[in-house]
Amino acid sequence: MVALNHGSQRIGPDELVVSLKDVPELSIIEVDHEQRFLRIGAGVSWDELLGAPVDTLVPCLTQAARTVGSHQIRTAGTIGGNIATASPAGDGVCALVALDAVAVLTSPEGQRRVSVEHVATGPKRSVLANDEFIESIEMPIVDGWQAYSKIGTRNAMVISVAGVAVVLSANSNSCRIALGSVGPTVILAEDASAFARDSIDWSTIEISADSLERIGELVQQAATPIDDHRSTAAYRSHSVGVLARRLIERGVQEMRNST
Amino acid sequence: MSDLGIRESSVEGGLGQSPLRPDGIAKSEGAYEFSSDLSADNMLIGKTLRSPHQHARIVSINTAPALAISGVHRIITADDVPGKPTYGLISSDQPVFAADVVRYIGEPIAAVVADDEEICARAIDAIEVTYEVLSALADARLAKDPSAPSIHPDGNVIREQNVITGDIGVVGDVIVEDHYSIGMQDQAFLGLESALAIPDEDGAGVECHVATQWLHEDLGQVAACLDLPESAVRLVLGGVGGAFGGREDLSLQVHVCLLALATGRPVKMHYSRSESFLGHVHRHPAEIWMRHHATSDGMLLKIEAEFVFDGGAYASTSSAVLVNAVTHAQGPYRCENAAVKGIAVRTNNLPCGAMRGFGVVQACFAHERQMDLLAQACGLDPLEIRRRNAMSTGDRLITGQVVESVAPVSEIIEGLSRMPFPEGAGDTEKHPYELPGGAGNTTRPDDVVRGIGYGLSIKNLMYSEAFDDYSTARCQLRNGIVTLKFATAEVGQGFITIAPQIARSTLGLEEVELEVIDTNVGSAGSTSASRQTWMSGGAVEAACLRVRELVYQHVATAEGTDPLVYTIDGTELVNTSTGGRRPMNEVVVGLEFDEEVEYRHRPTVPLDENGQGDCHTAFAFVGHRAVVDVDIELGLVRVVEISTVQDVGRALNPLSVTGQIEGGIAQGLGLALMEEIIQRDGRIMNPSFTDYLIPTIADMPPVIAELIEIPDPQAPMGAKGVGEPPTISSTPAVIAAIQDAMNTAYGSAPHLRRVPLQPSDVAKTVNVGLGD
Repeated sequence: MVALNHGSQRIGPDELVVSLKDVPELSIIEVDHEQRFLRIGAGVSWDELLGAPVDTLVPCLTQAARTVGSHQIRTAGTIGGNIATASPAGDGVCALVALDAVAVLTSPEGQRRVSVEHVATGPKRSVLANDEFIESIEMPIVDGWQAYSKIGTRNAMVISVAGVAVVLSANSNSCRIALGSVGPTVILAEDASAFARDSIDWSTIEISADSLERIGELVQQAATPIDDHRSTAAYRSHSVGVLARRLIERGVQEMRNST
Repeated sequence: MSDLGIRESSVEGGLGQSPLRPDGIAKSEGAYEFSSDLSADNMLIGKTLRSPHQHARIVSINTAPALAISGVHRIITADDVPGKPTYGLISSDQPVFAADVVRYIGEPIAAVVADDEEICARAIDAIEVTYEVLSALADARLAKDPSAPSIHPDGNVIREQNVITGDIGVVGDVIVEDHYSIGMQDQAFLGLESALAIPDEDGAGVECHVATQWLHEDLGQVAACLDLPESAVRLVLGGVGGAFGGREDLSLQVHVCLLALATGRPVKMHYSRSESFLGHVHRHPAEIWMRHHATSDGMLLKIEAEFVFDGGAYASTSSAVLVNAVTHAQGPYRCENAAVKGIAVRTNNLPCGAMRGFGVVQACFAHERQMDLLAQACGLDPLEIRRRNAMSTGDRLITGQVVESVAPVSEIIEGLSRMPFPEGAGDTEKHPYELPGGAGNTTRPDDVVRGIGYGLSIKNLMYSEAFDDYSTARCQLRNGIVTLKFATAEVGQGFITIAPQIARSTLGLEEVELEVIDTNVGSAGSTSASRQTWMSGGAVEAACLRVRELVYQHVATAEGTDPLVYTIDGTELVNTSTGGRRPMNEVVVGLEFDEEVEYRHRPTVPLDENGQGDCHTAFAFVGHRAVVDVDIELGLVRVVEISTVQDVGRALNPLSVTGQIEGGIAQGLGLALMEEIIQRDGRIMNPSFTDYLIPTIADMPPVIAELIEIPDPQAPMGAKGVGEPPTISSTPAVIAAIQDAMNTAYGSAPHLRRVPLQPSDVAKTVNVGLGD
């Protein structure tokens, strides 16, 4: 709708656009505490993601929501819209990929589940069919630590120049690092995630400075950024490395302090 | 603050007080009618077709398919302009519609008028234009080469101006030099361009309600293009949502009037944000080289400089902007010898013209970076090098002009040096949102290095180089009520607040009304060049003084005494020989007077070929200190505080002055850190507020402002203009503070020499492995 209103996208005479605004079924937030599982409707606004229960159950999604636009935009914009836009800069997408979230897609043919990581296939391109919409997003509630950091050219209300989400799981002793704005889609930094998992001493909850440096390097290697009007490829690579290193260090320290 | 015995008026809402602006509550409640809110019965909508090419020959234009669309009323092109085919502020070199050649992406080619916006959009898409694409000249440094192809019948060079004085062969013990560049800044006013044109019933004239900075300049240019006498065209000020120089040139005025006259119906045009970036001029991108010579103890001996300004496709005010740059190259510092060269050229880029600071912004960024280099080279503190060279009243500028204005540069430096520093350096408890990166949650206190930087500037006030610069105001007294009439564009600066203050204090009467701001009175000149408080304020004061004189004469005749015995104290008329007092609102019962005055500032002269001459009217001075926190590794910046000491002459409305200071600093901070129109092959890559970033509340720090109030003897009421100075030296102050933080972190860091600074500039220069 934004693109249509802005005039950057036009629709043909025999095409229809259906607004999903005010569809109550899309505005649900369901928590299954037994299965450690959360379902968020695609129509849930950023503003709603800032508060309970999301802020305590999936804080990295709340942190991502906090970086999106202004209060007005956070009231109008939704998490489903963020995924469907298929931008590599999607803040919510980056957090959801680190959370290993799954999108529930609905069409007249029925429902299918696609990992959020694979909904976007390129900038502004996705697996969504013309008659298909995102109904909800399902994600695990992870015990451990998680966070989202984002770089922009100003201190608020800015499209991501680089974003990193980190989820550390205390139950499975694993790590997922997702990178935004450094490739055609949000990227799961698999080598860096695996290296982090292996190099964290999960019994003492510690990590060496050398390992942190290495994580930064691996993240930089995973990134395939471009130069554009928002920043340079070199700065994007550099900054996702720094952010990932800082987040892992922060996460390990805070997990240790909380035990 | 200085207490120099300025008499505070005891009239409620008089000078020196801060009555609230009359439009303030409506604006904050969303109830104010901006020009984009205007409508009329039977109104049609107009829209502009713009060039998609940087440089191309128009082979043909076929409007037939667009005219065939139901709801389209007319389409006009260059062939439909009955009068002068071009317009322009200084030279009339810009076509109303491109006729044969387009010279920048976004140049108007045709205008459509239709029942609604959507039909307009479809009609614009349906117009068939065939182009022969020509090679574009996009680099100002190439455009100035005499062998470069000329892109305009007037040639590529808009103006060359040098300033040569003293012994240009002198060589200093200490020499510092560097190259500087300034990106293209947008005025980013929130109220988009819009106008409503209503044709006269007989079709012989038109009334245009428009958001503009200068009604009479618009009137002259519009009437010439319409081939109508000026008496057949009336311009009325629509609600203006900011201007900053971007509304000095025409945008849609001629188009909307032509469409109204062609259809015989009211027509409204209003730009979108992306069209607005194409529809007005911007701050000139500039490439500047400077070399400063000084003695070993830091006394300036000589300034050498070269300025190249990219004027874009049309001249606009480029020649005056260039003059401001070369004549302000020294900054607020004494210097006897100078060799300054400047050139402004045409390119196939967006046209550039007036923006707050008008050439001085570019010069100041360079001279303040140079002063910091010089301080470093001489082993002096940044404030000390400025203190040693501070200009004062009576000093001679590099143009040979003597500074007659009050020039309290030393006082500004002393004021800055006394300002306490903000708390919080090394504060480990700071919330991440208060640190660099803000809402992005990137940074912790350990990542932060604090820096402090200074910037000082001198700015000319009013128009220069023999321009006949005047303002008109009319004061009527009837039924005890004062009514003021003027054509002064209120663009948010607050003239409609201080004009009644002037009348109240001058006449001792509290009830003041303002008439509609339109062209049914003489020109007020432009709301620019920090000039309206001085110029239109001077005109309002002069008109009120004439009425007051007539009141004195009337009372003197009645009392059989001399008018000279009377004075006004607060709201009372005082007979100074008897001590008798009467309330003014009783004195004026039954009196009716109506006086109109044209106020002129003192004459100025054009510069000669060596840039010599008393070309400027007056000057104002300011200093800024920025305190920043920098996440060195990521290159992210949080400006913690900006403190400023500003020479204002006299604050007629202290709250308004503070508003100008805070807003101007926000714009200066924006240029330092984020504001730039990025063009690739002449196309704007960021034509929206999503990507053209302006500071948010998370970027704008608290401002600590101290006013130096030394009334200027040449200024009406002693008040200097205050609008531009805050923007000018806040930019280099922020950059100097970041440089300071980088030097602290790394011993020494490369000299910062381009604005806006990007995070990559800070991170790149200090991080291994990032190339260059």
